[in-house]
Amino acid sequence: MSDNDVLISARGLSVGFRIGGGLFGKSILKAVDGVNIDIEKGSFYGIVGESGSGKTTLGRALLKAVPITEGEARYTDEDVDYDLTTLDGAELKDYRKRAQLIFQDPYAALSPRMTVRDIIAEPLEVMGLTRSREETDERVREIAAKCRLNLEHLRRFPHAFSGGQRQRISIARALVSGPNFIVADESVAALDVSIQADVLNLLKQIQKEMGLTFMFISHDLSVVAHTCDHVAVMYLGRLVETAPTREMFREPKHPYTRALFSAIPSLDPDDRGKAQKLEGEIPSPTNQPPGCKFHTRCPHAEYRCMQEEPKLEAAGNGHEVACHRWKELLEMVPA
Amino acid sequence: MSALIDVENLTLKFRTDEGLVTAVDNVSFSINKGEVMGLVGESGSGKSVTAKALMHLNARNAVYTPESKITLHTDDGPVDVLSLKRPADLKVVRGGAISMIFQEPMASFAPAMTVGKQMVEQLMLHSDMSKARAKDISVEMLDRVGISDASSRFNQYAFELSGGMRQRAMIAMALSTQPKLLIADEPTTALDVTIQAQVIDLMKDLVDEFHMGIIFITHDLGVVAQTADKVSVMYLGRLIEEGPVRPVIRDAKHPYTQGLLAALPKLDDLDAPLMPVPGDIPSPLERPSGCVFHTRCGKVVGEVCMAVRPEYVTTEPDHRVACHIYSEATS
Repeated sequence: MSDNDVLISARGLSVGFRIGGGLFGKSILKAVDGVNIDIEKGSFYGIVGESGSGKTTLGRALLKAVPITEGEARYTDEDVDYDLTTLDGAELKDYRKRAQLIFQDPYAALSPRMTVRDIIAEPLEVMGLTRSREETDERVREIAAKCRLNLEHLRRFPHAFSGGQRQRISIARALVSGPNFIVADESVAALDVSIQADVLNLLKQIQKEMGLTFMFISHDLSVVAHTCDHVAVMYLGRLVETAPTREMFREPKHPYTRALFSAIPSLDPDDRGKAQKLEGEIPSPTNQPPGCKFHTRCPHAEYRCMQEEPKLEAAGNGHEVACHRWKELLEMVPA
Repeated sequence: MSALIDVENLTLKFRTDEGLVTAVDNVSFSINKGEVMGLVGESGSGKSVTAKALMHLNARNAVYTPESKITLHTDDGPVDVLSLKRPADLKVVRGGAISMIFQEPMASFAPAMTVGKQMVEQLMLHSDMSKARAKDISVEMLDRVGISDASSRFNQYAFELSGGMRQRAMIAMALSTQPKLLIADEPTTALDVTIQAQVIDLMKDLVDEFHMGIIFITHDLGVVAQTADKVSVMYLGRLIEEGPVRPVIRDAKHPYTQGLLAALPKLDDLDAPLMPVPGDIPSPLERPSGCVFHTRCGKVVGEVCMAVRPEYVTTEPDHRVACHIYSEATS
């Protein structure tokens, strides 16, 4: 992979929130902690993790929706090279056009008092991207067609639409400014399975047609497996494992990734009770365990894991894993 | 096995400004003691409304047809649920013999009351036990569902608990009155997969221990495969397929059930394309004629699907399906 291919890259990216306040309240909650990431142009990059893992905050930091407190992040396209930690003014405005977000809940994301046409047109008007109403309408119609929305739908209000149709409206709104980097945060989680497949297919198709780069945030491994080229697993603000999708699913190495796989309910009724269960819950980010953040729930933790935090290391075939014992574990319990 | 609840010809319409809207259309099923039924369907399929009917809990604008009958078998004999009117009589189906747990436990606990106080309150409402005894039972139940340090959790508020712990507390509360039937409405949907696995395990243990019946409402067929003894699939208020879990999951008969299974992303074949069920679920105001699924069905056999409502056909023991494909084959 040459550096030119990378659209978004981050080194040691951290996002901290000051909590508590008050005279002595200097407590910092690190939602994202020292993340290195390279998202290649034209790829579908999956981020997986439980609630509280920092996956949403990472996505928002890359969109400059929350401030980056430490580390570096860059957006590098053919014509520009933005340092996301310092970006502001006209450049930030330009970045807003290039990087967009699709939300989780299509019921909450659309204003009930605006027509579908106005919802989709709003980013164009706010950013001043079109010069006339005709031009705006033209652009809205074009993007609506791409998202398989009926042109007669444009005059209606969101309440008249089902969840799947609403999500297509949200997608159209995100795409209308012509971005090439899209963060899709749990964009199919609120949809029924029958509709979920439809929206995923649409996202893939749009990505190919328009040459977009996606960061796809999800807690659902099977959805990620079917849409993403590359997967990163997060736990308590850190990346614990990354790999090309196929490699990750062929041989997950981190005990947390393995537990996540194992917890997916199997469609085979005779598989009952076969899953290896993870005890406990993700610790509070304000009270993080020392050493490996996962050791409090890890069935394989030993003394070293409680003392020393493992770093991401190469594990072959594009795989990177942050675990002291991954080699031993592969021999002990093959995936 | 003895029957716990019988639902016969349940038809339920809502009076609205646009006229009567059918939410449940002639649905019949029964649940035995110790049996787990998975109730599956998309949003708008009528699964939650059906479950609420068992507790006579639907809104005031609900209209039941005279043929609708729900019979709960209690130790004191059968109870005709839909004929219950007075709050005192309704207690048996609302927290007495039937309890319900909801998808979002944060919204189900009163925010300004400790978890323990709510548990004690409902126990005392359903029996004449003393406050001290109610507290003992509540703490014991919290402990039983795997909440560590139960006696101090008893004094906490719902917002102080994590998502998984709240759902456990919800289950503890629902089970403390020792219901015969537990209705679980998407109890794991808001939880992370690792926590979902824990809650599913817990519910299975509790069925074994208390020998109650469970209706598990979910849109996740994987969860159904892992928990249910039998499955009922609903679409637009109709029960379109029903049977033991293995044949329904492995050899689904109805094109809609087949579609739901095909739409699931599968981990053992990453190259398989995702197959959505085409189209959207129609508005209940515009119920299709004939088979309600014909507007989205890829296997329409002819005019009959648009014109005639399909009757149930039994394809193998206890496995029945409402689809013209099979009625033609058997006629």
